[in-house]
Amino acid sequence: MSESLFFFLASLTLLCALMVVISKNPVHSVLFLIITFFTISGHYILLNAQFLAAVNIIVYAGAIMVLFLFVIMFLNMGKESEKEVKTSTLSKIAGTIAGGLLFVVMIAALKDTEIAGYNAETYDSQIGMVESLGVVLFTEYLLPFELASVLFLVAMVGAVMLGKKESGEQHF
Amino acid sequence: MESVDLLYTGIYILVIFGITLLIATYSTYFERKIAAFIQDRVGPNRAGPAGLLQPLADAGKLFFKEDFIPAKSSKMLFVIGPGIAMLVATMSSAVIPFGDMLIVGGRELFLQAIEVNIGVLYIFGVVSLGVYGLMIGGWASNNKFSLLGAIRAASQNISYELAMGLSLIAVLMLSGSLSLREIAAQQAGFNWNIWYQPLGFIIFLVCAFAETNRTPFDLPESEAELIGGYHTEYGSMKLGMYLFAEYINIFVVSAVMTTLYFGAYNFPFMAELQVWLTNVTESAVTANNIVTMLGVGVMFLKIFLFIFFFMWVRWTLPRFRYDQLMKLGWQILIPLAILNIVLTGGGILLKDYLF
Repeated sequence: MSESLFFFLASLTLLCALMVVISKNPVHSVLFLIITFFTISGHYILLNAQFLAAVNIIVYAGAIMVLFLFVIMFLNMGKESEKEVKTSTLSKIAGTIAGGLLFVVMIAALKDTEIAGYNAETYDSQIGMVESLGVVLFTEYLLPFELASVLFLVAMVGAVMLGKKESGEQHF
Repeated sequence: MESVDLLYTGIYILVIFGITLLIATYSTYFERKIAAFIQDRVGPNRAGPAGLLQPLADAGKLFFKEDFIPAKSSKMLFVIGPGIAMLVATMSSAVIPFGDMLIVGGRELFLQAIEVNIGVLYIFGVVSLGVYGLMIGGWASNNKFSLLGAIRAASQNISYELAMGLSLIAVLMLSGSLSLREIAAQQAGFNWNIWYQPLGFIIFLVCAFAETNRTPFDLPESEAELIGGYHTEYGSMKLGMYLFAEYINIFVVSAVMTTLYFGAYNFPFMAELQVWLTNVTESAVTANNIVTMLGVGVMFLKIFLFIFFFMWVRWTLPRFRYDQLMKLGWQILIPLAILNIVLTGGGILLKDYLF
């Protein structure tokens, strides 16, 4: 049951991720990216990590992708998208070779990896729940956690700086 | 999971779905009746006794109108938009506990569709998806007014989600759990969260008004400036879906507020009543079932009071200006919500220190 669900989700993820790159209309790309995030959340639920699944939806699908969609909707008012983008044959060949090389590198890297098994006796099925995640974050990984929050604060201050009104500038 | 449990869950989800739709349908009727009462009019009174069949007449009209799709619009997304709005609206009531548990034939039946230990986050995630219905619909219409309405709706929803999340954190600090069943059970009797979180509740309430696009925050569809906002190009049942989703959202948000702040299905002297009933009927099972059913009634009573409050406000207060809306969200509600978190933390520490 859960194995067939995994294969369904995995193929859906790959299909949607491909459609993000392939689709001509940027708004469609963003919508496919949102579906991709949903399928990834589905994987998290299969792994019994409900908290990660919910946070993935809230942060990525609910907040960041809304801003993406926001910007792209303003960019694309119907005229530009109809124009065909001219790509020279040389850059197509270069792109194919570069992509193929990346593919080869990834296959070479993944070829010799072994699937990390788990010990059924010591395995804790509750490891992905909120409580255990919170305990780990506030004990073992306290310093990285706090450093990440400082990083966010710096980013926030920077965003406010960039968005601040200059003197003499009027928005409303 | 046993197949009997699965069957029960399936039936329960269908019943909740039906009740949600029924309440949303009759919200439209009561909205017009309450508006009429506030403005000293009669309101709908032609279809059926006291106009009770008015929602059916409205739905019939919407179904039989011409289903118009504007030229040069993105047809696929134009159709999907209202669908997403409706889907997201009906999804969120899945984790709300509408009652405690019934005991039927020795089997414990919880009156909650799915119990997840991240119930609050589930609601929050689903609410944050609601904005896609509006944005996709507004963009697909290929109309500048629709797009402006959609952009306004999206920025409003994102802004108020932040304050909403922050006001929720204070509740979670008190309860120590993300499960809605757990939070509901902790507010037994009259020990409701509203007594500990009055400020948090007011912030949540204001944000709930903004999230459901209700007056005084109905800027996305302000007809004076935007001729209807994101659903300008919509007609027939697709428009009906958008309007209907708004009423479902009101019902869901009322249920969430009841669960988080107003004690869910709990009412004063609930435990005493159960003890007394056990003595009278000499059966703990019957007493439990009677009290649970009373609790379900109380829960829906509280939800209806909130829905009435939403309508009361709509026909009483004027609309905000857009810069006032943003100022309220970012400069007043978010700092207040952070202050509320600090106060709650201090309160919890003080309680530990004193007792």
